[in-house]
Amino acid sequence: MAYRHTIDQKTYQFADLKELLARATPLRSGDALAGLAATSYEERVAAQMALAELPLKTFLQEAVVPYEEDEITRLIIDSHNTAAFSSVSHLTVGDWRDWLLADEVDGTVLSNLKWGITPEMAAAVSKLMRNQDLIAVAKKCEVVTRFRNTIGLRGRFSTRLQPNHPTDDAKGIAASIIDGLLYGSGDAVIGINPAGDSPAHVLHLLQLLDSLREQFSIPTQSCVLCHLTTTLELIRSHAPVDLCFQSVGGTAQTNRSFGISLSLLDEAWDATGSLRRGTVGDNRMYFETGQGSALSANAHGGVDQQTCEARAYAVARKYEPLLVNTVVGFIGPEYLYDGKQIIRAALEDHFCGKLLGLPMGVDICYTNHAEADQDDMDNLLTLLGVAGCNFIMGIPGSDDIMLNYQSTSFHDALYIRKLLGLRPAPEFEQWLLAQGIADGTGKLVHTAAVNRLMHHID
Amino acid sequence: MNKHDPWEPLKQFTAARIAMGRAGSSIPVSNLLQFNVAHAHARDAVYSVLDREVLVEGLEQSGLPLLQVHSQARNRQEYLQRPDLGRLLDERSLEILNQHAGTPCDVSLVVADGLSARAVNAHAVAVLEVLTAMLQAAGHTLAPVCLATQARVALADPLAHALHARLSIILIGERPGLSAADSLGAYITYAPRPGLTDESRNCISNIRPQGLPYQPAAHRIFYLVQEALRRGLSGVGLKDNSLNQDSLEP
Repeated sequence: MAYRHTIDQKTYQFADLKELLARATPLRSGDALAGLAATSYEERVAAQMALAELPLKTFLQEAVVPYEEDEITRLIIDSHNTAAFSSVSHLTVGDWRDWLLADEVDGTVLSNLKWGITPEMAAAVSKLMRNQDLIAVAKKCEVVTRFRNTIGLRGRFSTRLQPNHPTDDAKGIAASIIDGLLYGSGDAVIGINPAGDSPAHVLHLLQLLDSLREQFSIPTQSCVLCHLTTTLELIRSHAPVDLCFQSVGGTAQTNRSFGISLSLLDEAWDATGSLRRGTVGDNRMYFETGQGSALSANAHGGVDQQTCEARAYAVARKYEPLLVNTVVGFIGPEYLYDGKQIIRAALEDHFCGKLLGLPMGVDICYTNHAEADQDDMDNLLTLLGVAGCNFIMGIPGSDDIMLNYQSTSFHDALYIRKLLGLRPAPEFEQWLLAQGIADGTGKLVHTAAVNRLMHHID
Repeated sequence: MNKHDPWEPLKQFTAARIAMGRAGSSIPVSNLLQFNVAHAHARDAVYSVLDREVLVEGLEQSGLPLLQVHSQARNRQEYLQRPDLGRLLDERSLEILNQHAGTPCDVSLVVADGLSARAVNAHAVAVLEVLTAMLQAAGHTLAPVCLATQARVALADPLAHALHARLSIILIGERPGLSAADSLGAYITYAPRPGLTDESRNCISNIRPQGLPYQPAAHRIFYLVQEALRRGLSGVGLKDNSLNQDSLEP
C-alpha cells in the first residue's frame, strides 16, 4: 500500500511501509549507501509526518519482509500478543510517541506491553523521537537477568571484561583479566573474542576462564565468543560453557549468512540449558547485534538498517538472553559515518531493545576510519549511563589489540559509576569488597587481592 | 596524586594497555597522551595521500611501464561512505587501461592507497622490487604497474580484467590501528573480473618492517601466485598459512 504526505503543495509518495520507514529515518551513511535514505530534509520530515498518522495496527497487516519468505517475520507475527497490545491498539505511531512519554506510563506499564508490540512498531516510533525521548523512555524500563549474579537492577551498571589478545596467548589474556578485575570490571561477563575458532582452541580458553573463576570464586559468568556450532560441539564434550554466544541479524537471510537459523538457536538454547551452570538464574544466551549487518550481508531487502536491527531483537527475545550487546560503531563509516550517527544509533538500539524487554548493553566504539574519537564515546557513555543501559565493555585503555578498534576502558566504567552513583551487580560488589579490591563506597582500595591475583599468572 | 598499579610486571605478557594507574579513577595524563598520539597517527594515515613522485621514481626502477588510475570516489569523504564507488574505475582510467591492454599476460600489479597511503609510501616500492624480480625470474609476463587512488581492494578486478591478466596482485594500505598506522596488505586474485567477492582472494596482511618484513612478504605472495596459476584458483580453495584478517580490508 502506498503512503503520501503533502508539505506546501509538494506531495511525497512512499511506495510501501518499508520505504516509508526508510525515508523517515534520521540520516545515516548506511541507508544512503543502500539507496534507501530520504533525498532531502523535507522528504524525511514528510515521511515522519506520514508515519506519525499511521495506526499502529498497520504493522500487524503489512510486513516489511514477507511472512512466507522469512522466519523472523513469522516469529514476530505468530508471537504477537493481542491482549497486551490492546492498551495501545487504538493509537497512531505519533500518538504512541506522546503516550510513551506520559507520566502515567511507567516501567510496569511498559513491561506489560512488551509482547504486544513488534520490532517494526518500536523502530517506527523511534524515528519520531529525539535523543532525549529515547533516553527518557528507555530509563523507565528495568530489565533484570540472572545467571551467577543479577544484572540490570536499577542503580546498577555492569561491564563485560573483554581481555582479547591477537594470538590468544594464555598469559596475555590472564594479564588483561587481572587488570580488569582489579578495576572492578567483569560483572556482566568475562568474554573473549577468540583469534581462532577451532573447538580445541576455544576449549583451551574456556578452561582458562573457568579455572580462574573457580579459584577466586568470582560471582560472574564466562564466555568465548565463537560461532554457536562450535559451542554446541563443545557442550557435547562437556566443556565448561556458561553462556552461549551468537551474532544475530534481523532478516532470515542475514542469519543464513551468519550460518544460523531459529532451529539452530533452539538447539543451542536447549543444549546450554542442559548444563545447568547458572546459580541464581537461567538466562544463558549472549547475543550481539549492530545496525548495518543486514546491508553488509546484502540481505536487507529494502528495509532500513535501524528497522533491521530492531527485528534482530525479536530473535534475541525468544531466548531470554542474559545480555544483548549492540556493537554500535564497529562496522565502519559506510554504515555510521561519524560520532553524531553512532550516538543516535546507540540510543535507538538501547531504546528499542528495552521496549521489547531485552537486557541491553552497548559496545560504545569506533574504528579509526570513522569521524569519531574518545570525546564522542564519552558523550555516548554519559548518555547511556543516564538512560539506564545495563552494561558496556571494559577493555584495557579502550584499545582492543586483537579486533583493532576502540571501545570503553575499565576507567570509563569507573567514571560513569562514580558520576551517576551506579554500582556493580550486587553479588559482584560483595566479592570486590571481600577481596579488598573496592571499599563499601565502590572506591578502589587494592589491598590483599592484588598479590593473590598477580600470582595466579605464574 | 596519581596511583600506580602494583601489577605493572604483568605488562610483560601483553601489549594491551594494562596497569596504567589512575588519577582519581581516570587515566593519568601521560597514558592519555600516549593514546592520543597513536590515534593521531591512525587518523593522519587515513587522510594521507600517495607520494606520486617517490612512487613513480621507485617503480620506474623496476623497468615496467606505469599507469595512474582513479576510482569513482571523488574524494576521501565519499570514499569512506561509498565503498562501492571505490571498487569502480572512473571513465578516464578505463580509457587509459584500454589503450594499454595488449596481449594477454600473467600478472597485473596494482599499488593502491586504500585506508593508509602512508603504508604504501613507506613500503610498496621495497616489496615490489623483490616481488617483480621473482615473478620475472619465474618467466611470468607482467602488465603495466598501476598506481590507483581512492581505491578499494576490488578495484583490481575490473583493472586486471581490462589488461587481460590471468591474476592480479594489489598492494593496498590497510585500516590503521592504534598499534600500527602503516600496515600494507596484499590481495591475490585468480581470473580477476568485475563482480568477484572476498572469498575469491587470498590475503597477506600486516606487511611492514615490525610486522611481516618485505622479503618474507614477497616470498609468501610469490608462493600464492605460483600455486594459484598452477591450480587455476584463488581464495578459500587455496589454502595459505598466512593470517587472514578480513576485518582490516580497506
